[in-house]
Amino acid sequence: MAEMTYRDAVAYGIAQEMARDPSVVFLGEDIGSAGGVFKATVGLQERFGKGRVVDTPISEQAILGAAMGAAMTGLRPIAEIMFSDFFAVCWDIVANEIAKARYMTNGQVALPLVIRSGNGGGARFGAQHSQSVENWAMAIPGLKVVAPSTPSDVVGLLAAAVRDPDPVLFFEQKSLYATKGDVPDGELVDELGKAAVVRHGPAATVVALAAMVPRALAAADELAREGIEVTVIDLRSLVPLDVTTVATSVAATGHLVTVEENPRLCGWGAEVASIVAEENLFDLDGPIVRVTTPHVPLPAADALEDAALPNVARIVEGVRRSLA
Amino acid sequence: MTSLSESPAAPAPPAPSADVRLRLYRSMVEMRAFEKRAYDLFLQGLVKGTSHLGLGQEAVAAGFGVALRPEDYTFCTYRGHNHTLARGVPMAPVMAELMGRQLGLMAGKGGSMHLTSIPHRMMGSYAIVGAHLTIANGAAWSSKLRGAPEVTVCFFGDGTTNIGAFHEALNLAAVWQLPIVFVCENNRWMEYTPISSVTAVAHPAAGRAPAYGLDPILIDGNDADATFAAAASALERARAGGGPSLIEAETYRHGGHSRADPGKYRPDDEVAAWLARDPIPTYRARLVAAGVDEGALVRVEEAAQEAVDEATEQAMASPPPDLALVHRDVFSDGGATWRR
Repeated sequence: MAEMTYRDAVAYGIAQEMARDPSVVFLGEDIGSAGGVFKATVGLQERFGKGRVVDTPISEQAILGAAMGAAMTGLRPIAEIMFSDFFAVCWDIVANEIAKARYMTNGQVALPLVIRSGNGGGARFGAQHSQSVENWAMAIPGLKVVAPSTPSDVVGLLAAAVRDPDPVLFFEQKSLYATKGDVPDGELVDELGKAAVVRHGPAATVVALAAMVPRALAAADELAREGIEVTVIDLRSLVPLDVTTVATSVAATGHLVTVEENPRLCGWGAEVASIVAEENLFDLDGPIVRVTTPHVPLPAADALEDAALPNVARIVEGVRRSLA
Repeated sequence: MTSLSESPAAPAPPAPSADVRLRLYRSMVEMRAFEKRAYDLFLQGLVKGTSHLGLGQEAVAAGFGVALRPEDYTFCTYRGHNHTLARGVPMAPVMAELMGRQLGLMAGKGGSMHLTSIPHRMMGSYAIVGAHLTIANGAAWSSKLRGAPEVTVCFFGDGTTNIGAFHEALNLAAVWQLPIVFVCENNRWMEYTPISSVTAVAHPAAGRAPAYGLDPILIDGNDADATFAAAASALERARAGGGPSLIEAETYRHGGHSRADPGKYRPDDEVAAWLARDPIPTYRARLVAAGVDEGALVRVEEAAQEAVDEATEQAMASPPPDLALVHRDVFSDGGATWRR
């Protein structure tokens, strides 16, 4: 067991897979000699060489196209899109090419590739470097979508993503890079599509993802001081979506609150809410409440950004609204 | 192969062997027969959706198809029937794919614009302009990393030269010295707009080559000897570690952009001039003049017609696809399940 940051867990997880499988290659902007703009890939090029850890030009379409073509022909690429906002300049390769290739070819093509990206707000980078776009990915058939909240999940879920035969979008939350956690020794391989119940309580089910998980836990602490014990579920993966864990918990608590960084319209919480409303309505004892970023681009100033993102007070208030 | 200042047709490339010439002719005749039949089937309502025929552009696909080795990779566009047949993909599943039948190359899930046959290393027909240049790079990168003596050939149209992915792909291929050959089929018209009216240089691909440290290569895309020679040269260069090539092949589509388009926006004299340079009768005349037995050419033509007839019969006899296919192969477990 070693304590490490979420940031260091990224390089640790990539190294685990590259050491195991020579077909794993890694490409992106500034990932090699610079060690990544978030310093999340330090040391990989020194260890695995410039052939397998490749710095690219600022050409997001070329990066993802190369990953796709390589995955079609025997490699297992990991590609980095530095900020998830930049998916907007290469979304064609993601949504039209990578996601659809297997289906359109009647199963002839498999694309075992991972696209890692720095996602989400909290770093005061403004509206073009702070978005949470995991809901964009979730809307495209053919993609798997993962967003870890802890260092050990970074390692385990990244390993699962690299070994998965399908394309996986792996969202690393930028505001979590400096956070620390224990990572077990030895090979760590997790499972995609399995949510984690990170706190147990009978009053309500709070479902969160990535940076919203520690906030949901902080809100749960605050509610506990008033005697309200809630369950907190770290969804960890949007596709596959662990409906069973959510539904089982809602059946026990009777209340559902989702906490998401996505702007309000069609954030992932809307899908979770609609599934529960459609399939578990009679388990509910109160309204489903979604705590989201309002439907605005994220502002840059710290005071404004903090006011826009879901915070502990809004999560507490959301739980109270469901219980009222 | 010519420089930009010369007329494309000027220096005759060395003639390929008699055997290669017959293969080039057979390949073009098969493509022509297939595309004409595809057009007839549209008119009968048996081919649905859209389709983009390669009538008139056969010499490009044939020249490369004959020059490629089985281990090489092809990426092409939605105007990709010719390139698919050029890799040896049988006609019947291609025809059945156009018709949306179970026998189809992808059982009807892809359609005309997405013909793919991985066993033939026909790595896909792509319908978003420019995207596949970046994907083709990935295959070439993979060959290089694996140390495999494979070359990737990527075909695209003139309109592609003005989209960002073209420039991203050319730069990366050059920087990484990838074993890849980019082939621009310049048929002078994007869809309904002449490429010359929207492009800053006279030769949309060759004119951009120097920006990526590549030689400008302009060839007569209606001359199968020329396309074969250019293909052989570029493939050899790539296989020897010499890096990418960008070839602009000047050609002309005989019909409109897609099946709904009669192509009436093109000047009559331009159409007439290019029809006079039809790659198939001109090549036939060249072979006859070179002493090839005309009977052998007639046998090639008859065999192509028979092959198309047989493929059509097989495709027509095939039922519509199994409806369960709607839910298959979104993911590698064979299904479409997104929840646990």
